[in-house]
Amino acid sequence: MFRLNFKSIARMRSVIERKILIYSLGNGNAQGLSTSVVNFVSVSTAPPPENPGNRKGPPTSNSFAVNMFRGVINTEQVFPYPEVLTSEERETLEMLIGPTQKFFEEKNDPVFNDDKAEIPESTLKGLREMGAFGLQVPTELGGLGLSNSQYARLVEVVGSHDLGVGICLGAHQSIGFKGVLLFGNPDQKKKYLPDVASGKNFAAFALTEPTSGSDANSIRTRAEPSADGKHFILNGNKIWISNGGIAEIFTVFAQTPVKDEKTGITKDKMSAFIVERAFGGISHSKPEKKMGIKGSNTAEVYFDNTKIPSENLLGEYGEGFKVAMNILNNGRFGMGAALSGTMRATIAQATEFAVNRNQFGRKINTFGAIQEKLATMSMKHYVCESIAYNVAGNMDRGFTDFQIEAAISKIFASEAAWFVADEAIQILGGMGFMKETGLERVLRDIRIFRIFEGTNDILRLFVSLTGMQYVGSHLRELQKAMKNPGSNLGLVFSEATKRLFKTSGSSSKAMVPLVHPTLSEAATLASQAVEEFGQAVEGILIKYHKSVMEEQFLLNRIAEAAIDTYSMAVVLSRASNSLHKNLPSAHHETLMTKVWCHQAYDRVKTNLGLTKGERNIQITKDMMAISEGICHNGGVVQSNPLGVL
Amino acid sequence: MSLRVMVGVKRVVDYAVKVRVKPDKTGVITDGVKHSMNPFDEIAVEEAVRLKEKNVANEIIAVSCGPAASQETLRTALAMGMDKAIHVEIPQPQYDTMQPIHVAKCLAKLATDYKVDIIILGKQAIDDDCNQTAQMTAGLLDWPQGVYASKIEKDGDLLVVTREVDGGLETVKLKLPAVLSADLRLNEPRYATLPNIMKAKKKPLDKKTPADLGVDLAPRHQVVSIEDPPTRQAGAKVADVDELISRLKALGRI
Repeated sequence: MFRLNFKSIARMRSVIERKILIYSLGNGNAQGLSTSVVNFVSVSTAPPPENPGNRKGPPTSNSFAVNMFRGVINTEQVFPYPEVLTSEERETLEMLIGPTQKFFEEKNDPVFNDDKAEIPESTLKGLREMGAFGLQVPTELGGLGLSNSQYARLVEVVGSHDLGVGICLGAHQSIGFKGVLLFGNPDQKKKYLPDVASGKNFAAFALTEPTSGSDANSIRTRAEPSADGKHFILNGNKIWISNGGIAEIFTVFAQTPVKDEKTGITKDKMSAFIVERAFGGISHSKPEKKMGIKGSNTAEVYFDNTKIPSENLLGEYGEGFKVAMNILNNGRFGMGAALSGTMRATIAQATEFAVNRNQFGRKINTFGAIQEKLATMSMKHYVCESIAYNVAGNMDRGFTDFQIEAAISKIFASEAAWFVADEAIQILGGMGFMKETGLERVLRDIRIFRIFEGTNDILRLFVSLTGMQYVGSHLRELQKAMKNPGSNLGLVFSEATKRLFKTSGSSSKAMVPLVHPTLSEAATLASQAVEEFGQAVEGILIKYHKSVMEEQFLLNRIAEAAIDTYSMAVVLSRASNSLHKNLPSAHHETLMTKVWCHQAYDRVKTNLGLTKGERNIQITKDMMAISEGICHNGGVVQSNPLGVL
Repeated sequence: MSLRVMVGVKRVVDYAVKVRVKPDKTGVITDGVKHSMNPFDEIAVEEAVRLKEKNVANEIIAVSCGPAASQETLRTALAMGMDKAIHVEIPQPQYDTMQPIHVAKCLAKLATDYKVDIIILGKQAIDDDCNQTAQMTAGLLDWPQGVYASKIEKDGDLLVVTREVDGGLETVKLKLPAVLSADLRLNEPRYATLPNIMKAKKKPLDKKTPADLGVDLAPRHQVVSIEDPPTRQAGAKVADVDELISRLKALGRI
C-alpha cells in the first residue's frame, strides 16, 4: 500500500509538516492581534456545529464555503439551487410585489428624500399602511411573517427605487429590532414587536461608538447593575446610528461586569439591552450630513443614567457580542437582495441609453468597449443575485452555518453595485454626471454599503480566518487520530488518500456530474479552483501556523479567491437549474456562467499565486515599509519632481 | 336599498412592459413577462369599493374569466376591498381564442344567477383594446348601459352616469339593473396595502367552469397573424405646395 518511492516520501514529509502544524495550532493563543479579531472569529462561529452530538469527530459543517478551505466540495447547500417557496408563499409574494412596486414608483420620491435629507411623513404613512415595517414579524404579533426569500424579493423592489428608504426600513427591522426576534423571550416579543411591526415605533441598532467601530468589543458604554438587581444604569455615547434620531426602541450594546464563578474575578463583557426612549436620559444629535442615503436619519445617541429594567436584558448576560454578531449575520442577505435590485434598475438605465445613443454613425452598444461594460455589469449582477437568494434559501431551509456565505454576499454585493453604478455613469458620459439622470444619487447611496454592517475589510478577514479555523480544527482531530491511529483508522486513511490526489495536481471534476452537461467545462474549472484553494490554504497554515492572523496581505488574497470560487459554484448551480427548467433566459445565463467561471478561475489562480514565493513575500515586506514611510511622514514622502518645496 | 355589484377584472400584460411579438407571429410573448390587473378594471374595482363604503352597495363581487393565473388578479381585487371573488376557469388553449362575446355570456349568466344589480367593467382591456364586453353584456341581459363613465351617482332608484364622449360629457339616467364601464377619470384606485393582501387570502373565491354557465367557448374569430407595426419612415420636407403635390403624385397617393 505504501510503496517507498518519491511520492510516499513526499507524503510522509508533508504528514510530518502537518503534525507540526497541528501541534502548534493546538497550543497557545494568537499573539499580537487584538483579541477582538480572534474573538470575532471564534465567537462568531456561534451557530452550533452540524453534529453537536458527535464528540469524537471534528465540528462538521455542510457550508460550501467553509468546506472549500479544506479543498472539499460539499454540495448540500448549493446543488441543486434551492427552491424554497411553497405555492402559498409564492402566491403571497406575487400579490405583494405589485402594490410595493406601485408605491415606490408613484408615491415615494427619491429625489425629494435626497434633496431634503428626510423621508416625508406622508411616505412613512404609506409605508406603514403597506406593512413595510414588520415584514418578518410573525403575523400573530402584527407583522407579515415573511420568510427570508420573500423578504429578499420585496427588499429587492425597495433597492431598485430608493436605498435611503431601504436603510430606514432595514435599520429598523433587519437589525434594529431583529435581536428581539432572534433572542427575545416571549414577554419581550409580545411587548415590543407589535408596535415596531406597525411602524408606530421606529427601532435602531446602537453598537458603534467614537472609539469603537470595527473593534466592537472595545465599546465603552456601560450598563451598571443596580444594587437590588432590578435595573441597569446605562451611560455612554453611540455614533452614526441609523434611525437614531427617530427611534423609540433601541437595541443597545454595553459593557457589563461579569463575575467568573470559578476565579472570582470580575471582567467586563458586552451585554445587549432593549432600551426605550421613554426610560429617560436619552438624547440625540441633529441628523448627520452624509454623502448618500440622505433620506435615512443618522444621529449620535447619548445615554445619561438611563434606567433599564433588568427584564430588558436581551439574550444571555455577558453574551452581547454574540447577540450583535448574530443580528448582523442574520440580516446580511438583505443587502445582497436590495443591491441586486439597485443593479437591475441601473443596468436597465444604462442599457436604454446604450441602445439609443448614436455616435460615430452607429449605436454605441455596437462598440466593444461598451459591450464589455454591459456584459461585466450584468454578470456581476447575476452573481450577486444568485448568491443572495442562495443564502436566503438556505436560511429558509433551516441551515444555520451560512455566515461565510452571508459575508461573501455582502462584500460582493456592495462592491459589484458600486462598480455597476460607476460604469453606468461612464456609459452615459456627461449625462451620467448630471443630477437629473439620477445615477449620481444612486452611486452616492451605494458607497456606505462597503462600510457599514461590518466593513468589507473586516469581513474579508472574517471569511479567511473562519475558514482557516475550520481547517485547523480538522487537523487537530487528525493529530489525535495519528497519536492513536487504532482509534480512528478511517480518518487517517481518508486523509492519506486525499493527500495522494493533492500531490498529483488538480484533477478534481467533482462538480461536473452536478451540473447540466453544457456547463461541464465551467464546472471542471470550479472544481479545480476548490482543490487548488484547499491546497493553498493548507500550505499557508503549514508555513505560518497561528501567526497567519497577522498576515493580512495573505488573508486578503485568500478571501478574494474564496469569493471567486464560491461564486462559481453558485452560478453553475443556478444556470443548471435554469437549463433544466428550460427558462427563456437559460441560454443567456449559460453564457454569463461560462464567462464568469473562466474569468473567476484566472483570478483565483492569480490570487493564490500571490500567496506563494519569495518575490511575493518581498513585495509584502516592501509595501509594509512603504506604508510605514508614509505614516512617518504624515503623507507622501517624496516632494514633487521639480524639487520645488 | 342595498345593491349587489359585480366587477369584471382581467389579467393583462403590465402596462409598463415593452411588448414583443412572438417569432411565429401567433401572438405576443407572455411567458416570464410581468402581468397585472387591467388598469381600467382597477378603476372599476375602486368604484365598487367606494359604493360599498357609501353604503350604496352591500355586497361587491369580483369576477375573472381566465386561466389559473387569473386568481392573482382576483386576490388583488379582494385586497382592494371586494367581498368575494368568482373565478371562471378557462384552460389556456381555449383562453387564447376567447373573445369578449364569450366573456359577456359568462358575466350575463353570473349576473342572473347571483341577482346582481350593477355590473361595472373596465371600458377596455389594454391588451386587445376591444371595448366590447360591457356593451355585449348589457345587450345579452337587455339592461341599460352607461359606458365610459367618469362619474356615477345614485338618485333614488336611478343611476346618474356622466359619460366621456368625443364631444364632451353626456349625462344619462339609468334604471337598475344596469351595466357600466369605467373610464380613466372615474376615480384613482387605492393601493392594496400589504396587510389587506394577507386578509384577502381568507375571503371566499368560488370556482366555475364555462360548462357550469352553459357557455360555449368555440371561437368566432381566427387570428391570422400578429406583427409589429411597420417601422416609421422618415418624413421629408417640401419647399412649397407645388412640390408637395408632385411628390404625392409620384407616390401614387393622388
